[in-house]
Amino acid sequence: MIKMTSQQDIPLYEEVVNGFDQLSDKMSGNESSGLRRTRRQAFEKFRESGFPSIKSEDWKYTNINRFLKEEYALGVAAAPASADLVGTATIPDLDCHTIVLVNGVWQKGSGDTALPLGLELLPVDEARQNVNLSGLFERSEGGKDRFFTALNTALFSDGLFIRVKPGALLEKPIHIIHAFTAAHNLMVQPRHVWVIGERAEFNVIESVVSAAGEARIWINTLTEIHLHADAKLSHTLIQSAGAGARIVNHTTVRQKKQSLYNNYTFTLPGADLVRNDLQAKLEEDHTETHLYGLYLAAGQQLIDNHTLVDHQQPFCFSNELYKGVLLEQSTGVFNGKVFVHQDAQKTNAFQQNNNLVIGKKATIDSKPELEIYADDVKCSHGTTVGQFSEDALFYLRARGIGEAAARALLINAFAFDVTEKIKWNAVETHINRLISHHIPVTS
Amino acid sequence: MLSITNLHAEVEEKQILKGINLTVNPGEVHAIMGPNGSGKSSLASVLAGKENYRVTAGEVSFHGKDLLDMDPETRAREGLFLAFQYPIEIPGVSNINFLKTALSEIRTYRGLTPLDAKEFLRLSREKQKLVEFDANLVNRSLNEGFSGGEKKRNEIFQLAMLDPSLAILDETDSGLDIDALRIVSQGVNKLRSADNAFIIITHYQRLLEYIVPDFVHVLYNGRIVKSGTKELALELEEKGYDWLKEESREKAVTTI
Repeated sequence: MIKMTSQQDIPLYEEVVNGFDQLSDKMSGNESSGLRRTRRQAFEKFRESGFPSIKSEDWKYTNINRFLKEEYALGVAAAPASADLVGTATIPDLDCHTIVLVNGVWQKGSGDTALPLGLELLPVDEARQNVNLSGLFERSEGGKDRFFTALNTALFSDGLFIRVKPGALLEKPIHIIHAFTAAHNLMVQPRHVWVIGERAEFNVIESVVSAAGEARIWINTLTEIHLHADAKLSHTLIQSAGAGARIVNHTTVRQKKQSLYNNYTFTLPGADLVRNDLQAKLEEDHTETHLYGLYLAAGQQLIDNHTLVDHQQPFCFSNELYKGVLLEQSTGVFNGKVFVHQDAQKTNAFQQNNNLVIGKKATIDSKPELEIYADDVKCSHGTTVGQFSEDALFYLRARGIGEAAARALLINAFAFDVTEKIKWNAVETHINRLISHHIPVTS
Repeated sequence: MLSITNLHAEVEEKQILKGINLTVNPGEVHAIMGPNGSGKSSLASVLAGKENYRVTAGEVSFHGKDLLDMDPETRAREGLFLAFQYPIEIPGVSNINFLKTALSEIRTYRGLTPLDAKEFLRLSREKQKLVEFDANLVNRSLNEGFSGGEKKRNEIFQLAMLDPSLAILDETDSGLDIDALRIVSQGVNKLRSADNAFIIITHYQRLLEYIVPDFVHVLYNGRIVKSGTKELALELEEKGYDWLKEESREKAVTTI
């Protein structure tokens, strides 16, 4: 068992394998026997798979060895988030409901008193022990995989449960601020479940921030979204965590008939590791899915976006546009998989990934993957990797615009295709401001 | 204002400019003509500071300062403007924000306070009118999807906004139909003053019917081989460049 010996060298693996029984006893509370069984199975799966290495296809370009050498404590350390940290995530001039979570635990009462009718929020700590909701955790689509999702399923304790009542039209977005903070190296594993009822419309903006400090924090998040028939969800994620953060973020979206899901993922410099797995499962016909992503990587940062659009049924439309800017010595990975099942006739699936590699030592691995088993479909994909256009740079400078400002303009212009898709001006301005903090003076 | 002395430059190790001498004073309009490949556009690029050109000898002084020592943005801030032969399309950068940024950097360099939004808008409207530039194009992405004529008119609109002391128009007339040519020329004529100067690079005499130059120079094989007044342009139109080529060849032979 060569694999096992290599896992034995990972302190966190040891921590999980030796501590599981004690940890699960401590936190399971009134969970159903079904959920306990699910957790046990997930734990067994994790014990077998351990953490991924570059030998697994899905982690081929994402080497996390250097992060796995560190020691982490498991569990939720209920720490108060500093107002400053939460403040960095606040979006000026945005009319929204704000919800704050610290290390995955909802901090009730901070500005969230007047939630609209039709919106129900619960801490996952309660939801998982509620007999009526338990099934959502027992039969999790996203949590049945190996590695990190198995680990999350085995040990998650808290997070945010959201339910939007059928027919509720919630125009005003809710802004969920996920603040993370640790005094000592810590791994937290939030689990979020959102259920958007039939014909409901809902807008969510998530911000992920962390305090940059000595202590490392590993954030292994799993979000499962149920989008019922004719429901519409706009989902924006802004990841601007600080140095010391290692983020593994898995999102599974299950779409029912004629539902619409729009995802906008923005990843900024800061966290040393960001691995996003975004999976849209089109379980019924006539759904529509748009995935937009923008990643700006700097320093030694590694940003990996893995997406899956799983066309299971006919007449579904999906469109994906991811753009990346790689500064300094950063590494980017994009893997976009489109799977069209045999039954999924009349599928339209489009995918595009464009990269601007600016740092001399920056790299990008971009891999589109199309697997098509239906014969009456329209699918396309494309990838580009480029550098600054020297002609464009000269044109701007010849008008008196300094080199740094010219580069900033060009990066913003490159990102524009994605940022212009955001429907709130305040959010677009906020993101452009975050981008402009990281524009290089020289390449 | 501008004084070029014995300017030599090369691109990709190929000698393009072989000793240019030219003096431009405020209020003057100089036309530079010449056959293809004579170095006209290279001269414009060298003056604007394009990086792939290497100056191997000579000096250029602009308002008494060493122009060749400045990076492109400093040249622009000092009052030099190049209207590009092929304006670049930059999707995602709005025309108006681009101009706002450029104008504010130039003003800051000159110790002026930036214009507020209202003042900028007023200036922009005034200049749009002056050069007959379509207001719809102002808010679009920089040159993206513009026709050839629209791009050239945008160059003249930028020229009007940035108000340089020396404007170099690099084959601004190429690709323009007669109406666009008239509009562009009228724009330039309105912007002419006793304080600014123009260098108009063109292949044809046509443009010079609209923008009447004070001096005409013929560039051939990296050198100015003949200078004169606007009548020289007419002579070139009639006789072509061949007689000058021969003349310059003979000269070259006699100097050997």
